[in-house]
Amino acid sequence: MRVCVENVHFEYPGGVKALRGVSLIIEPGERVAIVGQNGAGKTTLVKHLNGLLRPTQGQVIIGDWDTSQVEVHRLAQRVGYVFQNPDDQLFCRTVAEEVAFGPRNLGYAPERVHQLVEEALYLAELTDKAEINPYDLSPSWRKMVALASVIAMDTPIVIFDEPTTGQDARTIRRIEHMIEALRQRGKTILTITHDIDFCAENFERVVVMGQGQVLADGPKERILGMVEVLAQTYVEPPQLTRLGMQLGFETTVCTPAQFLETLRRRLGHYRANGLGRSEN
Amino acid sequence: MAVIVIKNLTYTYPTMDHPALREVSLEVEAGEFVAIIGPNGAGKSTLCYTLAGFVPHFFKGELQGDVYVAGQDIRHVRLEDWVLKVGLVFQNPFNQISGAKFTVYEEIAFGLENIGVPREEMKRRVEEVMALTGIADLADRSPYALSGGQQQRVALASILVMQPEVLVLDEPTSQLDPIGSREVFQVIRQLAHQGVTIVMAEHKVEWIAQYADRVIALAEGEIIASGQPAEVLTDPRLPEYGIGISRYTAVARQAAEEGLWPPHQRLPVTLEEAAAGFRAIEETDYARLR
Repeated sequence: MRVCVENVHFEYPGGVKALRGVSLIIEPGERVAIVGQNGAGKTTLVKHLNGLLRPTQGQVIIGDWDTSQVEVHRLAQRVGYVFQNPDDQLFCRTVAEEVAFGPRNLGYAPERVHQLVEEALYLAELTDKAEINPYDLSPSWRKMVALASVIAMDTPIVIFDEPTTGQDARTIRRIEHMIEALRQRGKTILTITHDIDFCAENFERVVVMGQGQVLADGPKERILGMVEVLAQTYVEPPQLTRLGMQLGFETTVCTPAQFLETLRRRLGHYRANGLGRSEN
Repeated sequence: MAVIVIKNLTYTYPTMDHPALREVSLEVEAGEFVAIIGPNGAGKSTLCYTLAGFVPHFFKGELQGDVYVAGQDIRHVRLEDWVLKVGLVFQNPFNQISGAKFTVYEEIAFGLENIGVPREEMKRRVEEVMALTGIADLADRSPYALSGGQQQRVALASILVMQPEVLVLDEPTSQLDPIGSREVFQVIRQLAHQGVTIVMAEHKVEWIAQYADRVIALAEGEIIASGQPAEVLTDPRLPEYGIGISRYTAVARQAAEEGLWPPHQRLPVTLEEAAAGFRAIEETDYARLR
């Protein structure tokens, strides 16, 4: 299902102009990360995709639905949104009930609800915690409950708002597994993140926002090397991208695999030719 | 002189069976910048709360061992005095904002008003700290109508403005944009140079490596490693404990397995160290062929 954002402007009551003409097309199955400084309009933009906000000017189209014509509860069939803070979205007495709430609410048949819940719990590694009260879990596990409860809704489009904030390495690994599983199911995945290394390793396309506008948009290998554009909105390239730049790599590397591959190729190149080392 | 002295601290929250901190011993010198790393649930926040006196005064529970800050036994301080000596920046900025003020400017002035700082000095300090934390343009906004990262800057500013002798920060950059995070580390580094004693729980190991004097790794309430950043952050046990390491360290460790990192050289923790190591490998390789 295609997402089409057309020249969207948004002004909060009180006059803060959070979006100033944003246009964006996201094709089905894309994995897109939105990066940019605090207050750039990232959360405001994604809240337009599930109808929590409606444009002051411009249009947001999800598949064949214009969000300004469709109720929020119907949009929930198409767009799942995981809040930044899990405590903003959890309210049931057990993890299993919490995860079942969304799909049940969408009117899915009981067997399908059951299957979706099982699967979401499995993906979030929560199967053994199904009967626990979410508020008896640690904040990291509550984050996983929030993720599972949205994934169980089986929407074609899933949005994560800052999924790694305050999470430790193990939880981030779990979230990465979940994103990979969603990718395999053909879901469109959109995330807002300040964790630029996480962005580089799990997403293919990067949208850079600053002051309510899109500053750059494209494949991560192109965008994450744009030092000046990123700096305008308080973002730096990922660690390995910066390292590659310091070493004079010819291409922008984003992941450990890309870094090591380039390193091997350069070393092999010296071995083969004994010359041709690019100065840096 | 050690400003913070902790000896065999074991602490258990009122409703819990297991201690959140076990046998923790730690000294921090005046003007030292100590970073605390560890997986979630390791006891980082509890350690922060203890230094700030919230443990045991607010959370109650059972505290064994000794905690002295600036020569005073934490068990015998009054929280209302203590907040002037030890500033705590909460993990969730939402919990820090008073709810009593309508603008960011007033919010940051709130603590100073409470202790009766003269008007002119108050204005000067508020404006200084707003510039330092990059929020001067938010002065007239409501503290609640801000993005998460902006709110986190306000929370930080509202503590910095009090000029505490000891500054305790619980993941103060979790919601900040990347350059904003680095700037907070730079500000903190600067304060340490000016003699403020800093204890900061954080996950961002790249900036810890660059700016902290010392790193303490906690896991399940115990100190599992303590020392220079370069030493602790390359400890091969960190991943087993669920503690994140920098991409520099991780990629060099992988490279070393293939012989693509200089033998016997410590793994890198900063960009500069990583670049120097890989450059050396490329140069040796190149030289060998000439």
